[in-house]
Amino acid sequence: MSDAHDTHSPQGGEIVPTGPIADPGLPDHQWRPTDVDPAKEKRAERQVAILFGLSAVSTVAFLVAYFTFDIGDNWDVIGGFGASTMALGLTLGLALLFIGVGVIHWARKLMADHEISELRHPARSSDDDREVAVQALTDGINESGIGRRPLIRNSLLGAVGLLGLPAIVMLRDLGPLPGKKLYHTIWGSGTKQAPMRIVRDGIWTPILASDLEIGDLVNCQPDALHNPERYGIDPSEVEGVNLQIHKSKASLILLRMNPGDIKPGKAADGSSRANWTVDGIVAYSKICTHVGCPISLNERTTHHLLCPCHQSTFDLADSGRVVFGPAGRPLPQLAISVDDEGYLVAQHDFDEPVGPSFWERDYYER
Amino acid sequence: MSVDVSKVATTNGSTPATTKGAQRAGAIANWADERLGLGSAMKKNIRKVFPDHWSFMLGEIALWSFVVLLLTGVFLTLWFDPSMTEIQYNGSYDPLRGVHMSSAMASTLDISFDVRGGLLMRQMHHWAAMIFIASMMIHMLRVYLTGAFRKPREVNWIIGCLLLLLGTIEGFTGYSLPDDLLSGTGVRAADGFMKATPVVGTYMSFFLFGGEFPGDAIIPRFYAMHILLIPGLLLALIAAHMLLLVYHKHTQWPGPGRTEQNVVGYPMLPVYAAKAGGFFFIVFGVTALMGGLFSINNVWKLGPYDPSKVTAGSQPDWYMGWPDGLLRIIPPWETHLWGITISWNVMLPILVMPPLMLMILMALPFIESWLTGDKREHHLLQRPRNAPTRTAIMVALMTFYGLSWAAGGNDIIAIKLHLSINQITYFMRGAVFIGPVIAFIITRRWCISLQRHDEGKLLHGFESGVLVRSPEGGYAEKHLPLPEGQAYTLTARDDDPVPETPEQIEASGATGRDLRARKLRARLATLFFADNVQKPTAEEIHEAQHHAEHELHELESQIAAGPNRHGPADH
Repeated sequence: MSDAHDTHSPQGGEIVPTGPIADPGLPDHQWRPTDVDPAKEKRAERQVAILFGLSAVSTVAFLVAYFTFDIGDNWDVIGGFGASTMALGLTLGLALLFIGVGVIHWARKLMADHEISELRHPARSSDDDREVAVQALTDGINESGIGRRPLIRNSLLGAVGLLGLPAIVMLRDLGPLPGKKLYHTIWGSGTKQAPMRIVRDGIWTPILASDLEIGDLVNCQPDALHNPERYGIDPSEVEGVNLQIHKSKASLILLRMNPGDIKPGKAADGSSRANWTVDGIVAYSKICTHVGCPISLNERTTHHLLCPCHQSTFDLADSGRVVFGPAGRPLPQLAISVDDEGYLVAQHDFDEPVGPSFWERDYYER
Repeated sequence: MSVDVSKVATTNGSTPATTKGAQRAGAIANWADERLGLGSAMKKNIRKVFPDHWSFMLGEIALWSFVVLLLTGVFLTLWFDPSMTEIQYNGSYDPLRGVHMSSAMASTLDISFDVRGGLLMRQMHHWAAMIFIASMMIHMLRVYLTGAFRKPREVNWIIGCLLLLLGTIEGFTGYSLPDDLLSGTGVRAADGFMKATPVVGTYMSFFLFGGEFPGDAIIPRFYAMHILLIPGLLLALIAAHMLLLVYHKHTQWPGPGRTEQNVVGYPMLPVYAAKAGGFFFIVFGVTALMGGLFSINNVWKLGPYDPSKVTAGSQPDWYMGWPDGLLRIIPPWETHLWGITISWNVMLPILVMPPLMLMILMALPFIESWLTGDKREHHLLQRPRNAPTRTAIMVALMTFYGLSWAAGGNDIIAIKLHLSINQITYFMRGAVFIGPVIAFIITRRWCISLQRHDEGKLLHGFESGVLVRSPEGGYAEKHLPLPEGQAYTLTARDDDPVPETPEQIEASGATGRDLRARKLRARLATLFFADNVQKPTAEEIHEAQHHAEHELHELESQIAAGPNRHGPADH
């Protein structure tokens, strides 16, 4: 009845958990019905074979389904699954399951089911092995003479260490340096003669102030993305990848509210934002200042805008102030006015970077 | 150990139906052994013993779903085009025909609509990925809660934690590949996470994306990581995990004949090989059924990625949900100082918490062995109740995980349950701190009551369900002693070590840091084991049995004499 903790071996290895009740030892093996009754044994054998047979049938059905069912635009048949996908999945699944169930049934019913016992050994090597290993290591190191020749050792370490530099330096061309790219969007590309028009996203039509009712929200893009020549921009600048890059910074939201509701804040240079709006129409970046999701849920009665990703909520009547959620900065506001034809245009680019915060960026009180 | 096969099904036989096959097999074996020396390796391992328990199957699910991932993944690579070049989609899916999208998205649509079995393989791949990660997590819980992580298996625990990390990254890079609206939104958020990194954030983002987000490099780069780099690491670590499993031999539950020195179970060949091999087909088959019957990640309904668009209810795959939840409930903390910005609101939930959680997981075995001073090898599993504080620690971590995860669905909860999203968020801000504490306390006390229940069964027998009324009108239940095997199993566990007392530590002459560390350790160990029930001694059991026999005898005489009998009482 000794305490279990006193029974461990000197190596800190195995222990014998000694208990108040003696180990009765492994229980006797029980013969299964299939071990003693030939009829049951035959039946189990047949069952296993039938399961394998069913698997073969399912595989054939898979092949038939593969060549029978069309795919393509009939994907919506049978409860939205697509006949082909559903039939292939069903037959393949059954073909595999029948094999699995058959093999396990075989193991449980017919294979010898005696549990056997095997001795464990401690994970550590024996003391003799350790000694021999340490000796071998010492011999090897001694014969190399690395300990006696610090000049060779240190110059080798230095040389190999230096080889890490190419591995790092070669990653340099993974991408360009950020520079000031995050500080500008294409909104600033308008000219005095052709200030950048604000157009509806997707249909690319310019917007008159009178098009919007109070409470209306419009998703917008800069006209240059659709009409680069008008602003003297090379069309390849707004195609493919470049289009995606511009959109990910320039996406804009227009919201019309009662002009009296707007509390104009301050711009980066300290001037008032009072003239940044047109008849109660405000323009804000659509890119959330938290981690960059496009903000899209408009609470019409409160002029609050909610990001669907992490629920940051911004008050568009109050310089895009964060009223709820994890975003740490207000939404950047775009100063707008109207051009000669009465269409809404940007006065100039955002006066701060849009999108998620980053280390180098500054902050100003609105 | 020889096995009595005298009664094994005769159809198993001992001679093959035809001897010709055996001769050929022998010739091949000889050829191979003369070159590879397989015999020595096989003689030890072919009848290697694996203990049987349903919970040992969880790791197998992870292993087999990984194989399914490899198979289905190879199929997908044959058609998937990891390019962000913009093309016009002209495939079979009518609603998107003519739409401009990346080649990655278009080839995903082609796999779904123009390759027979392609959608099945895509869906199987996605389901298998979820099963892979889920089964790794549940396997990890099993290993932790049964104490299977203890010496000598700490290294395998760490490998397992790394597998979980790599599996998660593999999942993220995988579901980002189709370049659909949802996955693109996820990548955009990942760009925001990177930019929140102090000092080098924008550089990391520009280097990873090959310029400004989204660029045209991220999908090919994720693809290389997803099909080459991470699977290679996963394979190597899984191989190491398995090798260590074989070297240490599997843990087993205590029971009659099962000790720290042996391992009792079925031999690898035939039973374990058949069961494990058969189970591969079952995992594969279930994945195929799920791939055929349950649609997942219908990218065609979302359309191609467009940085100006988003869907409501945008969420990552479930295993990325818990940091996303923390990202949702964290207050808007940003520090603006000397023209720079520190985004605590992104760094804490995304850049700090997941690595911290992983490090806590990896450290658990070492913290426990330091605290308990237990440096012995352990091969017998413990029931969770017999390590109440350990169990409570994991349940607290699970509660934190679960609440964070639920916070990641706060918008869905708000919509489905008609609650205010603001109130859910405020609630979660407190709950992630308070919930784990409550869970810890409840779990610990729960474990201790289960221990007491076990002790009660050992000392007073189990409730037989026979109620006896005494002549005085009182009722008592007849308890019967546990069968020997069960009683032994309940007592086949270690007593908890007794922590050092402050006097002992001071008497040992320890000084300075060593003294403080040992005192701290002793205090923590005292808390760790406080109120645990130790197994009864032989004397206690003997005495209790004697008492129980006496009680039983009394009850039986009451049954014989008392009002339980029909007819009038004798006295």
